[in-house]
Amino acid sequence: MIFVEDKNLVVPGDVLADDEYHTGRGTFREDNKICSSLVGLVAVRDKKISVIPLQSKYIPKRGDVVIGEITDIRFSMWNLDINSPYSGILPASDVFGKEKRDLNKAFNIGDVLFLRVVDVDEVKKVKLGLKGRGLGKFRGGILIYITPTKVPRLIGKKGSMINMIKDETQCDIIVGQNGVVWVKGEPEMERVAERVINMIEDQAHTSGLTDRVRNMLYELLGKEIEEEEEDVEENVPEPDIEE
Amino acid sequence: MKIEAGVLERADGSAYLEIGGNKILVAVYGPRELHVRRIMRPDMAVIRCRYNMAPFSVGERKRPGPDRRSVEISKITSDALRPAIFLEKFPRSTIDVFIEVLEAEGGTRCAGLTAASVALADAGIPMRDLVASCAAGKAGGNVVLDLSENEDKEGEADLPVAIMPRTGEISLLQMDGHLTPEELDKALDLAIEGCKKINEVQKEAIKNRYGENNG
Repeated sequence: MIFVEDKNLVVPGDVLADDEYHTGRGTFREDNKICSSLVGLVAVRDKKISVIPLQSKYIPKRGDVVIGEITDIRFSMWNLDINSPYSGILPASDVFGKEKRDLNKAFNIGDVLFLRVVDVDEVKKVKLGLKGRGLGKFRGGILIYITPTKVPRLIGKKGSMINMIKDETQCDIIVGQNGVVWVKGEPEMERVAERVINMIEDQAHTSGLTDRVRNMLYELLGKEIEEEEEDVEENVPEPDIEE
Repeated sequence: MKIEAGVLERADGSAYLEIGGNKILVAVYGPRELHVRRIMRPDMAVIRCRYNMAPFSVGERKRPGPDRRSVEISKITSDALRPAIFLEKFPRSTIDVFIEVLEAEGGTRCAGLTAASVALADAGIPMRDLVASCAAGKAGGNVVLDLSENEDKEGEADLPVAIMPRTGEISLLQMDGHLTPEELDKALDLAIEGCKKINEVQKEAIKNRYGENNG
């Protein structure tokens, strides 16, 4: 028997269902009952109950793609901040192979990279890697930090949300599963993207978000277009904005 | 009684609580990287709790800095929260809880613990249950609930209690003063009832943060 509905807001300790159901993320089993361990929204799929947290830290998982910033250089590895209680290690062998070279010739402190999580052990020591398509160092652009659980919302179904933002702002955008987002484009466009992304994070748990994001984009970009045209001519007709 | 969750931007989780003349602010940071190897545990997170009274929180200026009572309360608060948190999920890290008493009027340790629980939930830290805390006692010959400052000073006993409401497990039980076994039973029952009511306010505060309509 289930005591809550899909998308209900629950808090730690709330009883969600009894033994008939299976535990998913954010839940635990106690005495034949399934309870919530987090503040979040209930997600019921068949007989599995999970709670999607509204707030959480990023815990690295093997296979994730993340954006990290180099914080330290050691003898044969770099240490990176991956927006988590756990920092990540990138071995020099990933970049140099068997040769021994000066690490800071490749990456220095402050560099931002797109990496894959290669392994996480029992004490959560994180090993990162650069082998893979699209992985490597970012040049330029800005970084935006969001709660890691909101990343799927930001990406949207089959990338619909993030692609909409990319197209409208003409920016390159890469979203790390650790809640770090890299945006690069015209400075004003980067700012527009930043505002939209922050708005999505704020309202990720509400419905009708896609429309509001589209409207916000048009509003912000409408302004951008107006400003540019004012520079060019004195009398400018109202820009034609599609609904 | 009023509790508000998510009042501090920078902290991972926070809560503000007012009950009687008490005003308490709690900030939670974590789980985060722990740099002190000596207390780090390879299999679970550690809880570092600091209970502090602001110099202006009481009538006679309280000298800043930890005193024996603050250290005691910090310890019992960590001990009361520990059974509720899934510490094994975050090895080698720390969860820092900061309890600041802005105005004190008797019963601050219970209020601090109650608010800390809300702040931990606000921070997204997985827990078995919230921890609700309330004090019962004996004043003027009667067993009463939630003593005020005067009742505490002049009274015969003070019994702070904290429970995890779903199972009724007690995670804090202290007594100051004298009670007969029957009075103790009565006071304990009163306190547990009080904790359950407080738990309702905690839950509401957490849910209110995200608005009534969602999803």
